[in-house]
Amino acid sequence: MSERHEAQTDEPPARGGNRALVGKLLLMAGGMFAFGFALVPLYDVFCEVTGFGGRTNTEAAVVIERPDESRTITVEFVATLGGFAPWDFQPAVTTMEVHPGRLYQTHYVARNRTSGQLTGHAVPSVAPGSAARHFQKTECFCFTPQAFLPDEERDMPVVFIIDPNLPRHVDRVTLSYTFFAGQTVAGLTDKNQTEKASR
Amino acid sequence: MSTTATHAPAHDDHHNAPTGIVRWLTTTNHKDIGTMYLLFALLMFFVGGAMALIIRLELFQPGLQYVQPEFFNQMTTMHALIMIFGAVMPAFVGLANWMIPLQIGAPDMALPRMNNFSFWILPFAFTLLLSTLFMPGGAPASGWTLYPPLVQQTGDALPFVILAIHLMGISSIMGAINVVVTIMNMRAPGMTLLKMPLFTWTWLITAYLLIAVMPVLAGAVTMLLTDQFFGTTFFHAAGGGDPVMYQHIFWFFGHPEVYIMILPAFGIISEIIPTFARKPLFGYDAMVYATASIAFLSFIVWAHHMFTVGMPLAGQLFFMFATMLIAVPTGVKVFNWTATMWRGAMSFETPMLFAIAFLFLFTIGGFSGLMLSIVPADYQYHDSYFVVAHFHYVLVPGAVFAIMAGVYYWLPKWTGHMYDETLGKIHFWLSVIGVNVTFFPQHFLGLAGMPRRIPDYATQFANFNMMSSIGAFIFGLSQLMFVYIIFKAIRGGAKATAEVWDSPKGLEWTVPSPAPHHTFDEAPQVK
Repeated sequence: MSERHEAQTDEPPARGGNRALVGKLLLMAGGMFAFGFALVPLYDVFCEVTGFGGRTNTEAAVVIERPDESRTITVEFVATLGGFAPWDFQPAVTTMEVHPGRLYQTHYVARNRTSGQLTGHAVPSVAPGSAARHFQKTECFCFTPQAFLPDEERDMPVVFIIDPNLPRHVDRVTLSYTFFAGQTVAGLTDKNQTEKASR
Repeated sequence: MSTTATHAPAHDDHHNAPTGIVRWLTTTNHKDIGTMYLLFALLMFFVGGAMALIIRLELFQPGLQYVQPEFFNQMTTMHALIMIFGAVMPAFVGLANWMIPLQIGAPDMALPRMNNFSFWILPFAFTLLLSTLFMPGGAPASGWTLYPPLVQQTGDALPFVILAIHLMGISSIMGAINVVVTIMNMRAPGMTLLKMPLFTWTWLITAYLLIAVMPVLAGAVTMLLTDQFFGTTFFHAAGGGDPVMYQHIFWFFGHPEVYIMILPAFGIISEIIPTFARKPLFGYDAMVYATASIAFLSFIVWAHHMFTVGMPLAGQLFFMFATMLIAVPTGVKVFNWTATMWRGAMSFETPMLFAIAFLFLFTIGGFSGLMLSIVPADYQYHDSYFVVAHFHYVLVPGAVFAIMAGVYYWLPKWTGHMYDETLGKIHFWLSVIGVNVTFFPQHFLGLAGMPRRIPDYATQFANFNMMSSIGAFIFGLSQLMFVYIIFKAIRGGAKATAEVWDSPKGLEWTVPSPAPHHTFDEAPQVK
């Protein structure tokens, strides 16, 4: 095949040309494979900037109180268990009326239902997404893993503030926590830990 | 198999070539490999089709009659994976292998050994995929999109499915690289890019799409694998991941993928309509640019598959309008095909019948796609049978009819015999009636609120479901005719001339029928 092509003087030499082009195309395929993984940090940045997916801070925020008494926002508290986590987990109050720019405190109650030691981890989320950036927590049990003794029940505090820049049309914000057993609940690991804990 | 008529003894200079199965295992000839791809796709079309018939059998009446819900979900998932990766894509690659070298005046594909390798990966990939049906926990049942966390409940099958997808991806990427290199480096002298036949053009663009998105799918399923077995948390909220991110990555692949399955179909239709309208294609340049625009737009519309998972208003508006924009180049294409037929001396042989049915029915699928792109309406249509009706209209009377049209169009060139025109027409009419009876009522089911991927339904949906199932069996069984017609043409029939049709355009019609084992040993001159 290459001989045939070398016979034609007006054609580029097929072999070298092929190799260079194949190289470029393989590089493109490899680049796109890497791009698939690069989407992971890009997605994180995107979520943090836009509040997309209800992403909210998981490290203590530093805030200044500037109360805006003219607005009242209803904050709803939701608790969910992740996977097969053996806990009792609920908010102490389900709604609060708050003014933007003022710090408020509430707490969630969790109980380890097993007779073993357990470590839990709460993942927060705020709805609607457009409020997520304006909902800041200065103190939260979701910042660190929570260790529980057998049958221990504990109040876990949250201190939060809603930024006065919250979009005007938002009058209701939901703070939701999903409580996972173990620091990561990766399918099999979770089940093993749960089994060990319940033994 | 080894006596297929593609092997023309008079022209064969394949000295000391192996015979029997070894010939097919070791062949580097683009025509042999094209034939293998097409036969493989045909086989998978029936495997996937049998699964579709199991689905329609269960849905014939409300209540659970024949299969369990878990198995039903395995059928919907496997049907999709097999039809997409096993039937439609390999059929297009087979057509590319056969026709691209003939259309551009090249003696073979540029990378013949890689060509052999990319085909022979496929039987292994699909053996792996099909073997999951017999594993503890069964085949994947999460839908072909493999969304976490649902897919992570798959039993032992998950790593096998992921490996099978990797193999299919490697095969597609190698096939695509081969197509690009062949088209870029092996065109006959004088064949400039804007003189290439449209089937070659659409395949060039498709090949770039494949190279760009198949690796992204590979990345997504690799993340699923490491999440399941190696403790990563790409898609686990507990470790800071997000299952919605999977949907973004998947559809970044998935939307270009649907164009991968339709652009070569556009190419085939653009070859057939001019031949049977006996007029040159209207607006050749516009067709090329429209194809390129569709390919570009396919990268910026992915989130229209996931409006209901929630996103900012600005995002919804962007993806809605970008999606609607695709209707413009697609409309250009439909207009140009129609204009090509305008005042043409039309005749209605089987390939033309399939091409015209494509034009009508693909356009219906396009319109229902536009309806789905409207965000507020999509909240109602999402995950309903309306979506099922939409994508089956673009894939069955769209992609599959185009493949059948292409097979009828080029079969005399491959086999040297005319197929049986009467049987071909009967096959066409049964298919077109079957497809519409199957999928048209599904629009109504979806609008009335029937969700997709369920084995049972409320009795109010019974009539349209029964209709749809009857249509599915008409369509499915009439495809046996297709096989009969193909094998009849392979074994004999009226001798085909080199031109086959009435003065068709293109280099493939300058070589004898059947096309000899080696063609264009000396490159033709293109004016």
